[in-house]
Amino acid sequence: MPFSSLSDIQDRLNSGQTTAVEVAQLYLDRIAAFNDTLNAFVHIDPTHVLAQAEASDAYRAKHEARPLEGLPIAVKDIFCTQDGPTQCCSNILKDFHAPYDAQVITRLKEAGAVLVGKTNMDEFAMGSSNETSAFGACRNPWDTERIPGGSSGGSAAAVAAALTPAALGTDTGGSIRQPAAVTGITGLKPTYGRVSRRGIIAFASSLDQAGPMTRTVRDTAMITAAISGHDSRDATSVADAPEVDWLAACDAQDMKGLKIGRPKEYFVDGMDAEVRASVETALKKCEELGAEIIDISLPHTEAAVAAYYVIAPSEASANLSRYDSVRFGHRCENPEDLLDMYTRSRDEGFGSEVKRRILTGAFALSSGYYDAYYLKAQQVRTLIQQDFIQAFEEVDVIATPTSPIPAFKLGEKTDDPLTMYLSDIFTIAVNLAGLPGLSQPCGFASNLPVGLQWIGPAWREDIVLSAAAAYEGATDWSNKAPATFGGES
Amino acid sequence: MDIDVKKVAMLSRIRLTEEEAAELGPQLSSIIGYVEQLSKIDTDGVAPTAHPHDAAMPLRANVVTNTNRRDELQACAPKTESGLYVVPKVIE
Amino acid sequence: MSWEVVIGLEVHCQLNTDTKAFCGCSTQFGAEPNTQTCPVCLGMPGQLPVLNTVAVDKTILTGLAINAHINLESKFDRKNYFYPDLPKGYQISQFAVPIVEGGYIDIPTKDGGEKRLGVTRIHMEEDAGKSMHEGLDAVSHIDLNRSGVPLMEIVSEPDMRSADEAIAYLKQLHQLIRFLGVSGADMEKGQFRCDANISVRRPGEPFGTRTEMKNMNSFRFIKQAIEFEVLRQIEIIEDGGEVVQESRLWDSVKSESRSMRSKEEAHDYRYFPEPDLPPLRVSQQEVDAIRAGMPELPGQLRKRFETEYGLSSYDADVLTQTLEVAAWYESLVAAHPADPKRCANWMANELLGRLNEAGKDLSESPVSAARLAELLDRIGDNSVSGKAAKDVLDAMMESDDSADAIIEAKGLKQVSDSGAIDAIIKEVMDANPAQVEGYRGGKDKLMGFFVGQVMKASRGTANPGMVNQRLKELLKG
Repeated sequence: MPFSSLSDIQDRLNSGQTTAVEVAQLYLDRIAAFNDTLNAFVHIDPTHVLAQAEASDAYRAKHEARPLEGLPIAVKDIFCTQDGPTQCCSNILKDFHAPYDAQVITRLKEAGAVLVGKTNMDEFAMGSSNETSAFGACRNPWDTERIPGGSSGGSAAAVAAALTPAALGTDTGGSIRQPAAVTGITGLKPTYGRVSRRGIIAFASSLDQAGPMTRTVRDTAMITAAISGHDSRDATSVADAPEVDWLAACDAQDMKGLKIGRPKEYFVDGMDAEVRASVETALKKCEELGAEIIDISLPHTEAAVAAYYVIAPSEASANLSRYDSVRFGHRCENPEDLLDMYTRSRDEGFGSEVKRRILTGAFALSSGYYDAYYLKAQQVRTLIQQDFIQAFEEVDVIATPTSPIPAFKLGEKTDDPLTMYLSDIFTIAVNLAGLPGLSQPCGFASNLPVGLQWIGPAWREDIVLSAAAAYEGATDWSNKAPATFGGES
Repeated sequence: MDIDVKKVAMLSRIRLTEEEAAELGPQLSSIIGYVEQLSKIDTDGVAPTAHPHDAAMPLRANVVTNTNRRDELQACAPKTESGLYVVPKVIE
Repeated sequence: MSWEVVIGLEVHCQLNTDTKAFCGCSTQFGAEPNTQTCPVCLGMPGQLPVLNTVAVDKTILTGLAINAHINLESKFDRKNYFYPDLPKGYQISQFAVPIVEGGYIDIPTKDGGEKRLGVTRIHMEEDAGKSMHEGLDAVSHIDLNRSGVPLMEIVSEPDMRSADEAIAYLKQLHQLIRFLGVSGADMEKGQFRCDANISVRRPGEPFGTRTEMKNMNSFRFIKQAIEFEVLRQIEIIEDGGEVVQESRLWDSVKSESRSMRSKEEAHDYRYFPEPDLPPLRVSQQEVDAIRAGMPELPGQLRKRFETEYGLSSYDADVLTQTLEVAAWYESLVAAHPADPKRCANWMANELLGRLNEAGKDLSESPVSAARLAELLDRIGDNSVSGKAAKDVLDAMMESDDSADAIIEAKGLKQVSDSGAIDAIIKEVMDANPAQVEGYRGGKDKLMGFFVGQVMKASRGTANPGMVNQRLKELLKG
C-alpha cells in the first residue's frame, strides 16, 4: 500500500476499501518512522492532516468525490499556505506564516486533496542538491549518504520513500525533474503559464513553474489537471492556453509513428556512462514500441547554462529585495541604523548560496555590465527557443537524459558552485524556452536511479504524457522503490 | 574578471565580512568567467526574450476588492506601532 | 558675459483611479495608516501585480492631449533600490519603452506669442509609501497606503530657459491634467509633484552639469528653488569651481537647498524587464476611442468662449482656468442667454472676486448660477442699475433671498418712468440755477454734475440712460 500510486489509492477510496483517514494515518506513521533519517519534511501537523482527511471522508459520504478526494499530497516549503509556516527553508522567513494560500494550494483544496505538510528544499529553491536548506540537508532514500537532488529534494525524497504518494515541487532550472530523476520518481514541469505562480515564493519569475512529483505518469496528469488553469491575478498565467485532456493523454499509450528527437548535445563525453547507457536503452525500447528516433541538434544547449546563470540570479536579486525586515521576515537584534538593519538582517537571514546568486544577479544588472550579460543572455534565450522551434518542426517530442550524473554524495560539490550549476545542464534550456518537460525513471547507474527526460512543444503536455505513459507501461522502472524503506528495488 | 564584491554587496544590502568577501570574490569571478562564453555567440539582430511566450498583459478592472486586513497582515511584521511599520530613522 | 539657464522638469502625477496600479486596494486619501494595503502592495512573498486598466486609459488620454505618440506596445521594468517605503525593493516602472513618447506643451510668451516646450515621455509607474520622521527620535514610521498608487511621470525636454518658463509649463500641464480629469493634481496632497533638473551655461555652449532639485510642493517654492539653484551654480562656476551632479532637497522654511546624503552606490537602479508583467499592448481602436472621448481642452475652450460668446481674451482666460469654472460660466449663460458678456463680466469680476475675498471655492459659492442669472435678468430689463446690482449681489452672498426680494426690500428698483425722472430733474434744476445758467451758456461739462445730482437724489435708483436723455432735453430749456 505505501508505494501505491495515487490512482490506486483513489480506486480503493472509491470502492470503500479504505478511508482518507486510514490513508493519511498510514503516511503519517511512515513520516514519523522515517523522516528523522531523510529530513524530507520540515513541517508536519498530524492533527491538521487527520482533520482534513476526516473532512474529506465526510464530504465523500455526502457528495460525489472530487478529483483528488482524500488523496495525500505534500508541498514544497515554497508554496504559501495559511496553515502552518511557509519558510522557503530560509532563516530570513523563519516562522513566517503566510496570510494567504498559493493559488495551486487553493486548487488542491478545492479538488479534495489532503495536504500532508511542507517538504524540504534548497533555500529559495537555489540549488541542485537540497544542501542549501536552512533546515539541513535532505537525503536520498536510495542511499542516504547521497543528495536527493534539488531544489525540490524534500518532495522527491518523500515520494521516493513513500512518506507521501505525491508532492508538489517547483522547477526553475530543473528543480522538479532533476530530483525526480535521481530519486527514481516521475515529475512534470508544465509549460510556463500553465500553472499560476501566485503565492509561490518567487525565485526567477520568468522561469518558475510548479508541477507534480509522483510515482506514475498518470498521477502527474491527475495533479496537473487539478492545479493548472488560468489565474486572473497572475499576469503570466496564460488565459487562452490550449487545453489538454490530461487523463486521456495518459491512456493513449501508443508510440507507433511517434517521432522522437535525440539531440546530440545531450549525449556527450563527460556524462556518466551508465546514465547514458540507460537512456540509450530506453530509446531503443521506444523504437521497439514503434517510435522513430531522429537525431537532432539543439546547438545552444551549453550556452543555456550560461544564459540561465545570468537571467535567474538577476531576477532573483530583485525578487529577494523584499526580504528587508520591514514588513515581515527576520530582523537583526538592535540595528544601529537603517543600513545596519538591512545589511545585517539580510546577512543573517540568507545562506551563502542565496547571497552568491543575489550578488551575481546584482552584478549582471549593474551599470556598465547590463548589455554584456543580461541583454546578451536574453538574446541567447531567443536562440535557445528557436532551437526548439526548429526541432519541433521535425519531431513530435524530444527525449534526453534528465541529469548527466546520478545522485552524488552529500558535500561532494558544495565547495565548487560552478560544478554544481553544471549538473543542471540538461534541464535548464526547457525553462528558458518555457516548454513542458517530464522526467521518469529509466534504469539505474551504480544502483542509483536514472531519469529519462521528455520535452514537448509549448502547451503539448499531452504528447509528453502519452510518450511517458507508453514507456512506463512497457517497462518496470516506476515500480522500483528503495528497499530500506520497504520498497521493491 | 575582477568583481567589486563589496560594491555589489552594498547594492544588494548584504553585509559581508572580510572573509566572506575574500571567498565570494573568486567564486563570483568564476561564475562570471563561465557566463562570459555568451560573448562568443553571434546575437547580432537577435531580439531579447524577457518572457517565454509572446503574450500580452491582461488588465484588471478598476474595482476595489480589498478590505482592511491591517492587523492580520502586520502579524508577521518585526516591529509596528499604532498600525505603522517601525524602522530605524530614515535620513534623507 | 551672460548665463543661460537650462531647465527640464519631471512631474509625478497620481492618477485618480479608484484602485491602486497593481492591486484592488482603495486609493482614497487620508485613511488610517496601512488600512489600504494588501499582500500585493506590501510586497509579500509570491504576490503578483496585475495592471489597472483605467490607469492605462488615463495615461493614454494625457498623451493624446499633449499631441504625443502612443506606443501600442510598451513595457514595464523594475527599478531597484532599497527604501523602507518601497515594499518590494524595486519600483515597477517603464524604462525602456514607455507608453507615451514625444509630445509638447505651448506656453504664452511675454510678447503675446507662444513657446513650444517638448515632452520627452510619459511613463506609468507605482508610487511608494510614506516615511514619517516628525516628532520621532531614533525611528521612522512607515505608512504604505500610498504604496502602489498609479503615477504618471511626465518628463520634459530641457527646453525651459527661466524659472518663469518652468512655472508657465507646470501651470499649463497642471491645468490640462485637471481638465482631463485624470488626477486630482492637488499639490498639497502630493498628487502633483515636481523635480527640476537645472544647469547653467554660456549661450551656445554645451549643457552644463545639472543638479536635480526635489521636494518642491508649490509653484512658489519651485520658482524660489530654481532661482536659488541657478544663482548657486553661477556662483560656483564664477568662483572657479565645478557643479557636482547630485540631488538636492529644497527646504522651504529656510529657503535654501541642501545636498541629499549621497548614497554610496550613487544610484545604480539596475533596471531590467519586469518578468511578472508581459508587454502592455493596446490597439489603435482603443486609442482612437480614448481620443474620441477626450474632453475640450483649455486652449480649445478659450477660443470657443472668445468666438461663441464674444469674450475678451482676458475674460476667456479667467473663465477657463478650471473645468469647474468653465462649466459654471456655461450654466450661467444658459440661464441668462441674453448677454454672455454680461455673464462673463459678473462672474469673473464680481462673483469670483467676492468668493476670493471670502476665501471660498466656486463649489462653495452661496450664489448659484441660477440665482445670479436672475439678478442679471433684472439688470437686463432695467429693473436695477448695475451699480445697485452690486449691492444686491453683496446681499445675496449673505442670504438665500432672491434678487427680486432684495431689490424690493432695499428699495433699489430702478426708476425708468420718465415722469418720475423728470420730476427729480426739475427739483435738481430748481436747486441749482447758476449751473443751469452755465450749462446753457455752453459749459457742456456740467452735464456730469447734473447726472450725479439726479442719481444722488434718486438714491441710485434712477435709470442712468434715461437720466442722461431727459437731462439733455430739459436743460435745453
